[in-house]
Amino acid sequence: MDPVNVANLALAGVLTGLVYGLMALGLSVIFGVVRVVNFAHGEMMTIAMYAAVVLFTTLGLDPFLAILPVALAFFVLGYAMQAGLINPFITRPEHSQFMLLVAVAIIMVNALLVIFGPGARSVQLDYLLESIELGPLLLDRGKFYAALVACAASAALFAFFRYTPTGRAIRACADNWLGAKVVGLNVKHYYAFTFGLGSACVAIAGCMMVLLVDVTPPLGPYYTLLAFVIVIVGGLGSMAGALLGGVLIGVSEALAGLFITPSAKSMFSFGLLILVLLLRPQGLLGRRP
Amino acid sequence: MRAKILLSILLLVLVFFPTFAGPYALSVATLILFFAYAGQAWNVMMGFAGQLSLGHSLYVGVGAYAAAGLYFHTGLGAWAGIWLAILLCMLLGAAIGFLAFRFGISGVYFALLTIAFAEFTRIGFDHIQWLGGPGGLFIKVEHRTGWDLVNLRGTPAMFYYVMLALCALAFIFCFLLLKSKAGYYWQAIRENEEAAQALGINTFRWKMLAVVISSAMTSVAGVFYAFYYNNLFPEQIFHISRSIEIILGPIIGGIGTLFGPILGAAVLILLSDGITEGLAALGWEFPGVKQVFYGLVLLVVVMFLPRGIWPALARRLGVGK
Repeated sequence: MDPVNVANLALAGVLTGLVYGLMALGLSVIFGVVRVVNFAHGEMMTIAMYAAVVLFTTLGLDPFLAILPVALAFFVLGYAMQAGLINPFITRPEHSQFMLLVAVAIIMVNALLVIFGPGARSVQLDYLLESIELGPLLLDRGKFYAALVACAASAALFAFFRYTPTGRAIRACADNWLGAKVVGLNVKHYYAFTFGLGSACVAIAGCMMVLLVDVTPPLGPYYTLLAFVIVIVGGLGSMAGALLGGVLIGVSEALAGLFITPSAKSMFSFGLLILVLLLRPQGLLGRRP
Repeated sequence: MRAKILLSILLLVLVFFPTFAGPYALSVATLILFFAYAGQAWNVMMGFAGQLSLGHSLYVGVGAYAAAGLYFHTGLGAWAGIWLAILLCMLLGAAIGFLAFRFGISGVYFALLTIAFAEFTRIGFDHIQWLGGPGGLFIKVEHRTGWDLVNLRGTPAMFYYVMLALCALAFIFCFLLLKSKAGYYWQAIRENEEAAQALGINTFRWKMLAVVISSAMTSVAGVFYAFYYNNLFPEQIFHISRSIEIILGPIIGGIGTLFGPILGAAVLILLSDGITEGLAALGWEFPGVKQVFYGLVLLVVVMFLPRGIWPALARRLGVGK
């Protein structure tokens, strides 16, 4: 086995993993604040991917430019979803929330199937075929830029939660829901705002993901599971954990094809998930609940 | 009293159903009973003991593969396979329960752990060539005319009655469970685990019991599945959507109730069939349209009937839960 080849694959895995990480970051932020597991997360990701493909094929908009409109639309959509659908469910038991989001997921994945059909859609851009040379290593240009965007978006989200008054208010709601209410915060508004932010993360990740893979409707449930694996491994509710988990899963997927059969690559991720749940249930970077 | 009369009428209708139903109606009824039974099994874990499993397809699949594999390789029929299935699934349930409860995993984390085990097993079975791998395991279709209960080979009506008997047994079994010491302990754990522990209940042991009973019951559904459909694919039987199908019935019908899983399964399958026919009548037969409507109905039910259909219906009928 050629070490340069392995390094190239691992590097590609890191880049893809950062985009996965951004997607999972959305899930983690939503769970960390609203305490609802978004079982429709991957389905939202595929909707964003289709949005990017449609903007590209109809208006010729580059997916990097599509980020802005898609993320804005997703923020509004996410806000509306939390305010209209999920807020009444936050005091209900987990299985009831699960049912609600499974219903939403079923509607989303099949609506995509009705609109776009089962065939794969993709974005064809010339620069996606180019690569950057880094000594002996080769970097895929599209992947490299996608990973940069994922890092920038994650950094922006970190900064938002750390330095803005709204971000601080949201953290207050997450830490102590009742206390936040007592000091006069509109908790439901901040929950909806958080769901909007999580959705915007998914939107950006989706726009970047179309640069890496073709999109089909069944990708939705797959990404939902993938996002779960990533956030549990990294630590549900931990923002840095989501990125770390994404990179770990990205690298393991890339190398699984080399060391074991490619079809077993997700078996490895689920195995990792089981190990982490049993040995460190709060995740690698999570705090004990 | 009223409940007993209504239940007897229902049972009578179900017993004589095959005499006037066509082959299609019979297959739909068998499917309803299948999901009613599997939902009942899941309900023991979630509805009674409050442990949310989202990976029950694991037990259906392992049960099905155990019995079908045994039959395929040794010729031993369902009468032997069922014990292997139950034994394997009890061990599996015990292992998952032990790991989860020992390490204090509960709630969402427990639910995700069950998904992980089911998915892990699904991909694992794709690589077991001895059981057909991704290409599927097919068992011989024979004796389509007689009734061979020991080997589970026979007419569709036989499969219907087998499923009906399983449902009735599960109903009685769950009724007795709820009235037993275990039933009360489970409900205490479901409502408030810390309080139950403070009262001296060994919550670990009782939760384990719920998982083991539930997985054993579910494995029997798997054995039935294997011999009813005669083909198994890891991609289908272990898939998370199969787990969701199992648990939708009890949730829609009424979680923790005895009749909820049965009513829920009937409502969901008739609904799905009704949508198919309605769309065919309208000429809207695009892939996915049916599931969109199905999802919308689920959404409405879960929003407006948070405790399920059965508790609301039971009040109307004037019977207890």
